[in-house]
Amino acid sequence: MTIGSVPPKYKIAIDRDQCMLCERCIDNCSYGVFRKEDQKIIADSRKCTACHRCIAMCPRDAINLHEKPNDYRSHPVWTRETREAIYNQAKSGKIILSGMGNAGDYPIIFDKLVLDACQVTNPSIDPLREPMEIRTYIGKKPRQVEVSKNSSGDYDLNTELAPNLKLDTPVMIGHMSYGAISLNAQLAMAKAVHEVGTYMGTGEGGLHKSLFPYQDRMIVQIASGRFGVDVDYLERGAAIEIKIGQGAKPGIGGHLPGEKVSEEVSKTRMIPIHSDAISPAPHHDIYSIEDLAQLVRSLKEATEWKKPVFVKIAAVHNAPAIAAGIARSSADAVVIDGFKGGTGAAPRVFRDNVGIPIEAAVAAVDSKLRSQGVRNEISIIASGGIRNSADLTKSIALGADAVYIGTAALVAMGCRVCGSCYRGLCPWGIATQRPELVKRLNPDEASKNVANLIKGWTLELSELMGAAGINSIESLRGNRDRLRGYMLDEGLMNVLDVKTVGA
Amino acid sequence: MCGIISVIDRSRNVMDGGAIKNALALMNERGSGEGAGYAVYGAYPDFRDYYALHVFYDNLVEPKKAVEELLNKWGEIEYSEEIPTYEQKRLKKQHIPWRYFFKPDPKLLAGSCSPEEDAIINIVNKVNTQINGALIFSSGKNIGVFKASGWPEDVANFYKIEDYEGYIWMGHNRYPTNTSGWWGGAHPFNLLDWSVIHNGEITSYGTNRRYIESFGYKCTMKTDTEVVAYLADLLGRRHKLPDEISVKALAPPFWDEIDRMPEKEKKLYTTLRMAYGSAMMNGPFAIVVAKPEGIVGFTDRIKLRPMIAAESGDCLYISSEEAAIRRMNPDLDRVWMPKAGEPVIGMVKR
Repeated sequence: MTIGSVPPKYKIAIDRDQCMLCERCIDNCSYGVFRKEDQKIIADSRKCTACHRCIAMCPRDAINLHEKPNDYRSHPVWTRETREAIYNQAKSGKIILSGMGNAGDYPIIFDKLVLDACQVTNPSIDPLREPMEIRTYIGKKPRQVEVSKNSSGDYDLNTELAPNLKLDTPVMIGHMSYGAISLNAQLAMAKAVHEVGTYMGTGEGGLHKSLFPYQDRMIVQIASGRFGVDVDYLERGAAIEIKIGQGAKPGIGGHLPGEKVSEEVSKTRMIPIHSDAISPAPHHDIYSIEDLAQLVRSLKEATEWKKPVFVKIAAVHNAPAIAAGIARSSADAVVIDGFKGGTGAAPRVFRDNVGIPIEAAVAAVDSKLRSQGVRNEISIIASGGIRNSADLTKSIALGADAVYIGTAALVAMGCRVCGSCYRGLCPWGIATQRPELVKRLNPDEASKNVANLIKGWTLELSELMGAAGINSIESLRGNRDRLRGYMLDEGLMNVLDVKTVGA
Repeated sequence: MCGIISVIDRSRNVMDGGAIKNALALMNERGSGEGAGYAVYGAYPDFRDYYALHVFYDNLVEPKKAVEELLNKWGEIEYSEEIPTYEQKRLKKQHIPWRYFFKPDPKLLAGSCSPEEDAIINIVNKVNTQINGALIFSSGKNIGVFKASGWPEDVANFYKIEDYEGYIWMGHNRYPTNTSGWWGGAHPFNLLDWSVIHNGEITSYGTNRRYIESFGYKCTMKTDTEVVAYLADLLGRRHKLPDEISVKALAPPFWDEIDRMPEKEKKLYTTLRMAYGSAMMNGPFAIVVAKPEGIVGFTDRIKLRPMIAAESGDCLYISSEEAAIRRMNPDLDRVWMPKAGEPVIGMVKR
């Protein structure tokens, strides 16, 4: 059997009247779409990923890109994607890889939740004129506080607080490793979180020395590959995160191809240059909840109980029970990564089919921890598909203390969500290690964009809280009365513990 | 809008309910004639060691039988009677108020540090969630709550409130919004020795409710005021926090203020706020919480509802309006407007 090539997904058209043959499109396209022939720019649309770099860089707006209409026989079941996946696998016999988040046509629950606003019986609060408190502490809280009155009539505090991370905004940047993304991208985000008073994750790529000045804003990650981990790494971080699972690929490990392991990446990851960095599916010292608890305690011992330890899990059916186990370890926060979470590279079948949405996972975890009376013992961080300040606000109302963003931060730096991160050719200098591409990203400019995004969301969060008559984020957390489900089914509303609109 | 008023005589001299009726009626502009109520501490000296359970019955057949079966399982009813009421032209009698003087058997509850109180909470939850046509609305010792749908003077006359005497009085004139003007929805709200009157709307209700329910409380009244009584019980009785500290957990200072405090205070308030973030109350409110030892009044942190305090001799008054206080006692030593979130505390002398 001969398998023909699949038709191109995108069609590039060049406006010859506008084009001045400056060749910037050729220089900028890392996928090799453009070439010059006979005083004309020719485009090979088959190679295009719709990254939009050429369009952004064309000084004459001469390039047009369209999604090419489906020229297969239309069929509601055997869609273009379905058929192309079969052609590709029939040719290769391999797993199909993909980048970025879930591309399945699932309804987005966030978009079916609406927020409340106050009128008359309780006044809305104007954040421009009244105090609005969004400071958030991530970490263990005491179940109750003990005080005693001393001889001078003052109260002495008899309760010792565990170390917490103090966030000026409940938006953090999740873990994207050096290797998966460029050092310039990490630097840009590090500067941004420093500016806005929040934190970012290192991913499992170690901590490059150029990030040391921002280490007090970095959460260092320990994943199953244990890349870049030593005691110096642990001590540098503001907090430590054990990654058990990832929303885009629950139940499997990671793989950074050897071609992305440049000299600097190899030093930071502590592995040989150009060697594949393979993270196993499980941690090979964690096969039970008690093994995890031991690792949490070991990390705390190693850092003299001065740093919060987080545990990140993928949102799966059993996430609430797993989180309850984590809450009973010495861990300070549980990160739940929903199935719309992004990735540098994942088998497509996992990305699009495994896991559950973050909205349901956060609600279920928060409820489970409350029903077991341990919600105060641990913070909840939601991630995986947080697209805007409304998603952020709804996540907190469902029970999260804070959120991690990933793709949104990349988009703020210029990413166009073309979904080809796994190829290492990112023309925007983000998901690549090629020096000529990496240098395209100016860390200072990109940092401003990321900081602006977080500032903008924070302002919008304040406005939404003020409209709901709430002037402190503690009163938004888990406040599901401030949400209503719009055209959600009853079963899901029970899980979310929200009423329907009009109720 | 709602009107609240409370008074304590710190020497435990008793006052009858006549004055508070007049004071509350002065604030009729703050109500809509659909709910009013009174709480009096020291109401039942002859039964001071018994829990006075006030129950609204829809009829005296099935619900009464079910409640009494439950009470007889859990302990002993010393005395019971219909609460005397007097027909009022403008007030339709919708329920039959009944009272029991009851003592639970502490041996029936294992593993509790305060078995009598936990038994009462258990009974209140069970009756209010599972027995149709019965609602326990007052369950403290030597305390009585009297409430109904109607204007303050009608409710007072319905129960002949001036016949009761006590050293703490609370009154509430309701303008209902969240629930219709039903008898159970009128204030004061009570659980054990705690009673609450409240003007406002707690926008953090969803957070507070889920927090308090994680400690085993069940919110059955469908209103935000109920959680205040439970929070007061949790922080005061179970966590043993002093009153001023409890208030600082429920209406804490802003982070800006905490950041400016001396180190020791800063640590205390930071710890309180971090531990009790889900208990803090948001939205517009002026609240008075009473217990046998005294009363505590406080407002939300930006004072979106009015609250005024006054003193005269051993008496401390807290109300929505100065005029109401002056109607109880025109001769005041001191009148002041507490700052937002600042507790006003009146405790009986030891």
